[in-house]
Amino acid sequence: MIGKILKKFDEKFLKSEPRTGELYAVAALFDTPDQIINAAEKVSGSGYKKFDVLTPYPVHGMDGAMNLKPTGIGWVGLIAGMSGTFLAFLMIWWMVEINYPNIFGGKPYFNLTASIPIMFELTVLLSALTLVGSLITLFLKLPANANPLMDTDFIKRVTSDKFGIYIEAKDAKFKFEEVNALFAELGSSKVSNIHEAVYDIGDTNNPLLNIKFIGVLLGTTASVVVITYFVLNVLLFLPPFDWMQRQPKVLPQTQSEFFKDGYSMRKPVEGTVARGFMPYEFNGMPDSMVVITPNPLPVTKKVLDLGKKRYDTYCSPCHGYYGKGDSRLRGQFPVPPTLHSVKVANWKDANIYHVITNGQNTMPSYASSISRDDRWAIVHYLRVLQRSTNAPESDFETK
Amino acid sequence: MSLDATYTRELPLVEGKTSFKEIDDVIARPTETKPNIKWFIAIGISSTALLIGAVCLGLTFWYGVGLWGNNQPVGWAFDIINFVFWIGIGHAGTLISAILFLFRQKWRTGIARFAEGMTIFAVMTAGIFPVIHTGRPWLDGYLFPYPNQHGLWVNFTSPLLWDVFAVSTYFTVSFVFWFIGLIPDFATLRDRTTSGIKKAIYTTLSLGWRGSNRHWQHYERVYLILAGLSTPLVLSVHTIVSFDFAVSVIPGWHTTIFPPYFVAGAIFSGFGMVSTVLIIVRKVFDMEHIITVNTLEKMNKILLATGTMVGYAYSMEFFIAWYSGNPIEQFTFINRAFGPYSWAYWIMFSCNVFFPQLFWFKKIRRNIPLTFVLVLLVNVGMWFERYVIIVTSLTRDYLPSSWGMYFPTMYDFGILLGSFGMFFTLVLLFAKTMPVVAMSEIKAVTEGAQPSHKHKHE
Repeated sequence: MIGKILKKFDEKFLKSEPRTGELYAVAALFDTPDQIINAAEKVSGSGYKKFDVLTPYPVHGMDGAMNLKPTGIGWVGLIAGMSGTFLAFLMIWWMVEINYPNIFGGKPYFNLTASIPIMFELTVLLSALTLVGSLITLFLKLPANANPLMDTDFIKRVTSDKFGIYIEAKDAKFKFEEVNALFAELGSSKVSNIHEAVYDIGDTNNPLLNIKFIGVLLGTTASVVVITYFVLNVLLFLPPFDWMQRQPKVLPQTQSEFFKDGYSMRKPVEGTVARGFMPYEFNGMPDSMVVITPNPLPVTKKVLDLGKKRYDTYCSPCHGYYGKGDSRLRGQFPVPPTLHSVKVANWKDANIYHVITNGQNTMPSYASSISRDDRWAIVHYLRVLQRSTNAPESDFETK
Repeated sequence: MSLDATYTRELPLVEGKTSFKEIDDVIARPTETKPNIKWFIAIGISSTALLIGAVCLGLTFWYGVGLWGNNQPVGWAFDIINFVFWIGIGHAGTLISAILFLFRQKWRTGIARFAEGMTIFAVMTAGIFPVIHTGRPWLDGYLFPYPNQHGLWVNFTSPLLWDVFAVSTYFTVSFVFWFIGLIPDFATLRDRTTSGIKKAIYTTLSLGWRGSNRHWQHYERVYLILAGLSTPLVLSVHTIVSFDFAVSVIPGWHTTIFPPYFVAGAIFSGFGMVSTVLIIVRKVFDMEHIITVNTLEKMNKILLATGTMVGYAYSMEFFIAWYSGNPIEQFTFINRAFGPYSWAYWIMFSCNVFFPQLFWFKKIRRNIPLTFVLVLLVNVGMWFERYVIIVTSLTRDYLPSSWGMYFPTMYDFGILLGSFGMFFTLVLLFAKTMPVVAMSEIKAVTEGAQPSHKHKHE
């Protein structure tokens, strides 16, 4: 049933109906290449401009017979190729020298020798694509399926086994009888008139309106859309294409079926000490028990800068930027006494370190927040603060 | 054509006095008739092979490349062997269509279209392997320098990146070259067909070509320039493929002979494959008078020449290993010929160097069944050449403590089989749907096709 309908469609538009439009050209068929060369010479020699020779293959010497100018398409290829070389050079140079310099094998960022293969490939690529693109669109002006010659008996012979020539009715010298006489004199095997096609809306003569063809196109488009959507939005997020998100490993804060306690995270072995985190030996002991050790850090600009940074971060909220007990917390937390008191000033470094590490009264331990070295650096910085408010006479000596 | 063909005059390219109409009829017949049982058997076999490959590939995607035999120290194995093999197959097509065109070798016209089609299918098949070799093929877009979310560009000093550019350029240029050649033939088919849908398809593909000489003029120039561009391109592609090896420091790879040696090998293997397929096609589609014995004989001569070049390269590698005085190079080559993989080496050597020497004899060159056997051996030998280069060098490099053997798995063989399935499926579909011989070109070289210019002297 459907097959019958489709067949009717086929028959309807494969039938070449006589065209009724204006006369487009008078066309003549010839049997041998010698005849067509001769015909082309005579037609161009008679001063016709709007004529063309149609052959199933390129016939040698036809350009001369038709008096054609040599083609300039070679220049397109040359310019496109040279642009390809230059653009490839520019691309590589900009990427590796300007945009993201990266060292590979200790070599300079941009390496001309290593860039030559890609410059060559892009030369060929750009030249070939530009040539073919400009050939089809600019030089041949294709696609040209609406040409009046299409689907005529004339073109059906010249794409197979005959040689054709036609003179357009628009040619300045065109006179119907003269052209016919000329073709007859040249020995044409068949002279025919080519008329413009008159296209109506819904005209089935256009081969591209074939219902099967349109069906195939729509089907292809639909399947490409569906497949592309599926691949990009579904498939790539399914295992195993899930960007390695799914891996046979335990994640923190998840349940484990493997361990008896049900935790996937493991506790370290009893007594494990992390590197750089030796426990403080006087933890929880009163001040008097602390064995006095000197500050292990030297007094340098670097250590003092570090101490200031840590002091400002961790100590200053309660003790104030200058250690005067001028809390920045506006009474939200009990204000500690000044650090410039005689008691604190007379403390050894180790005592201050002990208070930071162990805490005192309402002050908690800072052992987990501030590293050991940072604590000693804070002690040095505190000494600077103390001296700045209580400087001895000698500090004011001027040179 | 009898055996006592004389070489003093140019042999006719198309045997017998064939009219243009008959040429069209013969070449267009496969596109206009229902395929016969032979074609269905052939595509049944090839698509089964393709399916096996697809299943092995699917399993590889699911479980990972651990399914393959690749392991330390052999990280490059069947994937890269197959890539180099198929890329090499492609080179014959470009050589026939471009280089022989520039040298005005008219005998190429009967086989050029087919060889170009094979180039495209071989490069498509080859392209699969570097993609799957990366292990996570869905991330392969990063191989191209585009502004991605990493803000990072590719490494332009790596031969593997040059390969990306070379192979993609090669495919693109081969494709447009092929399509440009097909336009006039599509126009011929458009004006012949009696089926509505074929008419619509050929109308679209022929772009409204009408054989105008004002078009032929530009068209021929572009064809010539494309041939000129493809010639250095084809040489560059296998040169760059050889750089993948030669730029490394693995003994047996780090040699300057690699580029010419690879190019000669590629053309050799490509001609082997073109002959293999053509011998079948001319039989199946009754084109013995278009793809003639003379053409096949000329191809056998090229096989003889390139096979000898490859043999020279094998010998020169040995000589340089000795002459360099480098004990590791020397060991590598002795290991190739007499080590655990010597069986592969001697398969390679005999198939590529010894057997093609039989083509010195004219009787053998013109004997189609024997030629068929010999070109099959060339295909086998050239696959083993890549096997020998890759596997023997990797299994035994500088440190004996890191030596190991390579054992391919059934998935490796499945994917190799699948690559043949893909190639032959595409070839069979091509032979069925498109003109496998360039009708417009073959008409131009038949006797009496060009004007005699007699009237000039009248």
